Amino acid sequence: MSSQLIKNNFREDRLPHIWCPGCGHGIIMRSLAQAVENLNLEKQKVCVISGIGCSSRTPGYLDFNTLHTTHGRALAFATGVKLANPELKVIVVTGDGDCTAIGGNHLIHTARRNIDITAIVFNNNIYGMTGGQYSPTTPTNEFGTTAPFGNIDKAFDICKLADAAGATYTARGTAYHVNQLTKIIENAISNKGFSLVDAISICPTYYGRKNKKGAAVNMMNYLKDFAVDAKVVDKLPPEKLENKFIIGEFKNTTEPEYTEEYMKIIKKYQKER
Amino acid sequence: MDNQKAKKELKIIEDWCKGCGICVAFCPKNVLTMENDKVVISDLDKCIKCGLCELRCPDYAIYLEVV
Repeated sequence: MSSQLIKNNFREDRLPHIWCPGCGHGIIMRSLAQAVENLNLEKQKVCVISGIGCSSRTPGYLDFNTLHTTHGRALAFATGVKLANPELKVIVVTGDGDCTAIGGNHLIHTARRNIDITAIVFNNNIYGMTGGQYSPTTPTNEFGTTAPFGNIDKAFDICKLADAAGATYTARGTAYHVNQLTKIIENAISNKGFSLVDAISICPTYYGRKNKKGAAVNMMNYLKDFAVDAKVVDKLPPEKLENKFIIGEFKNTTEPEYTEEYMKIIKKYQKER
Repeated sequence: MDNQKAKKELKIIEDWCKGCGICVAFCPKNVLTMENDKVVISDLDKCIKCGLCELRCPDYAIYLEVV
């Protein structure tokens, strides 16, 4: 009674999901399932891991190997899973708060190790589940329940953060540009090393309401109108980039991967024994 | 319409629809409308089976079924 993609990759008895009307997370979760299907990955070879937050409900709905862990620590659990079972495709689903605040340290060190994990940040610029507190990606001067007079912090650019820490693949997509996002997730999963996808979501319930950004459709229109593709950025004059955000691939390189390096050490010293 | 598209049918799972209106807003042919906070097909003849509704429905409530 649902589409073939949903039948193939979801725990249908768990649907409909608990996310609010118009929440972009559902779109990104579908995009992730589509990417896994496009890559023809065996379901038993995929492991989806999450921490805590709205985004972190995802493993409950996807019919792969799944693990729902503690706040911010999904990447630490994922490192364990990957080292114990290196042939698994390990995908971490996390939120902006879970990934860059509570789990900020895990993020930079997982990136530094370049372990073959794909982290997909469902970035809705706010803590949705706990009631709309501002997060590390809430833009300056915008509002949250804990910033009733405006947020004075600067927002993280998660892609730049991961890039500087050592990730070998970084990209940004949105819940509006779905086909591009699916392609990005495919490339991120295929990259042998740490990949970070900043997937811009929409939160009409908290972020939208607190900042008078309108309903789900208005917020989708914002993503459509204010996203600029990385491929055309250099050709545009600075005034056309004002208040815009950039989507697309930023980094796609190859560097020694952690589990492979680890296995090399084991092999070398086992021989000598 | 090519054969592949002719074999597809637009379906709605009413129970799953949360009434966000995203499919209605981004349907290029205005095939859909909202009634009592649920999506309904108001003009099926105009549907070009592009699948944009399915792509952006956060609740998987609208989709093209291969028949």
